[in-house]
Amino acid sequence: MFENLLFNYEEAAAIILFGIGFTMLLFHQNLIKKLIGMNIMDTGVFLFLASMGYIEGRKPPIIVDGVTDPARYINPVPAGLVLTGIVVSVSVTAVMLSLTIRLYKRYHTLNLDEIYTLSVHSMEDR
Amino acid sequence: MDIIRNFPLMTIILSLFSGSLCFVLKGKTARFYTIFFEIFLLTACGVILWYTVTTGASVTYPMGEFPAPWGNEIRAGILEALLATLFMIIMIVSVLAGYRFIDMDLDESKVNLYYAILNLMTASLMAILWTNDLFSGYVFLEILTLTSCGSLIVREIGRTTLAAVRYMILNLLGSGLFLLGVVLLYDLTGHLLMVPMQETIAGMAQDPRLFMVLTLSTGVLTVGLAIKSGLFPFHFWMPDSYGWSTPTSASILSSLVSKAYILLLIKVIYRAIGLEVFERMPIRNLFLVLGIMGMVIGSIQAMHADNINRMVAFSSAAQVGYIFMGMGLGGSAGYTAAIFHIMAHAVTKSMLFLTTPRLAEVSEDSLLFRKLQASALRNKDAGIFFLIGSMSMIGIPLFAGFSSKLQFALAGVESHSDIKLIAVILALAASSLLNAIYFIRTLIRIYSDPHGNMRKVRVRSPHRLGYIFPMAILAAMNLFLGLFSWVSIDLIVRGLEMFG
Repeated sequence: MFENLLFNYEEAAAIILFGIGFTMLLFHQNLIKKLIGMNIMDTGVFLFLASMGYIEGRKPPIIVDGVTDPARYINPVPAGLVLTGIVVSVSVTAVMLSLTIRLYKRYHTLNLDEIYTLSVHSMEDR
Repeated sequence: MDIIRNFPLMTIILSLFSGSLCFVLKGKTARFYTIFFEIFLLTACGVILWYTVTTGASVTYPMGEFPAPWGNEIRAGILEALLATLFMIIMIVSVLAGYRFIDMDLDESKVNLYYAILNLMTASLMAILWTNDLFSGYVFLEILTLTSCGSLIVREIGRTTLAAVRYMILNLLGSGLFLLGVVLLYDLTGHLLMVPMQETIAGMAQDPRLFMVLTLSTGVLTVGLAIKSGLFPFHFWMPDSYGWSTPTSASILSSLVSKAYILLLIKVIYRAIGLEVFERMPIRNLFLVLGIMGMVIGSIQAMHADNINRMVAFSSAAQVGYIFMGMGLGGSAGYTAAIFHIMAHAVTKSMLFLTTPRLAEVSEDSLLFRKLQASALRNKDAGIFFLIGSMSMIGIPLFAGFSSKLQFALAGVESHSDIKLIAVILALAASSLLNAIYFIRTLIRIYSDPHGNMRKVRVRSPHRLGYIFPMAILAAMNLFLGLFSWVSIDLIVRGLEMFG
């Protein structure tokens, strides 16, 4: 079973990256590190997609010398999905960064636990 | 009638356009525009519902006219149209009953941005309901997450920002898992469109090794959506997010957004995986266990809340548990009960979240229970609507909550498993009892006046008609779902048959 792991090293690396990012996003208390984790997690998925789409020895699906046989070309859809995914990931990162700036300006820390303690003790409770 | 084929796509495109338009409109104009636009969308969804019910066939719109296995598709059946209609009604009611608070909570120059966000949210809700393609589902899922985060942070106090960050983190974990699940399924089947994917999966599920891989991929996707919808133990962001946001946002987030994730999950199960294959996987037992735990623990946490909005929010967590319990029971009956509960809960919870700020308003702007003493005597309209909402949540006959609990019990009977039936009945009993305890306690508190001096400061709520009219619609829908539940259940059953 494990010999396939070495053979599919790209997929294995992608899943390991996903795991690293996921745990960082879940367990790290620093907001910036959480965001880095999120980006690593997304990159893992994109690596997985990109490695799926590429087939060794084949060309990008652009017809140059009249060859229309699909067996000569790679699958272009995963690349399109990666691009869409990157756009989504960038916009989410931007929103999260702006939220982080807002929290930092108010509480002067990036640690989520400390922010929580500060916000509970501030008198905004109604 | 060919033009109706275009309606589902039109609702998405026009909402996206309205979102951009609201950026340049002034606050008040944006509000009027949004309300009229949503009434227009409601009409469009109503027409789709009427068309699908009378013809008994779903409407498919291939994007760019590419045939099925390649292109991107939009498909509207009875179920999607029914839920879209309900979603639009709740959206309109939330804006009508809550815009006064939006004007109070937001800076005047930012009011139009709120309506822009609301329109983008409508677009993503519609897209999630109509889409037939998993990756489009992912993209609109992220738009929904971003817009719901936006609707939280418009109220600029520290706690909403913190709540929004926690909401986003959990949602991003969920989206990451969902994306991985989609990619794994795409890798296995070679399809992103749900119907061809189901055909491939039906063949693959015969091979035990492939079935294991399929279970894993589906599990990753399912866990992602379960995290996003707030299934126990991932519900801890709910009280802060719902409790501190502006009432319209709380109402829409609790009754529409978290339910949209569940609806997408049901769609994936029915259309992409296939119900038969999914029921062979062990995932649904997990739904049942976590659902029941959520029902009980959410209710216990609601009992311990010191703030009325937090109590209602924890009760939302318990209601998500109900829905997953229905899905865990499985079979057509379980899913019918789950979807009926989505409708019943949407109608009830939006009513409660739009009522609590009115009670707080006459109690020194405080949502704390000790300040809310006799508040229903000071604002009688809000008191009556809170009473109706509470009775529906407890599950008193005549109201929607009762019918949905009945459906869950029936689904338990139809699951043909004694353990499941006993577990469901016990969970329903325990959860109803806990619901009754904390809602009746709240009702006694807001209606009693032990010292006889609290009711003197009676305040007639401003814009009284603007509040009573939308809330009366919700109350009427609540009674309709309770008294004539067979109408909606008949539609849901027909919709589910068409769904696969």
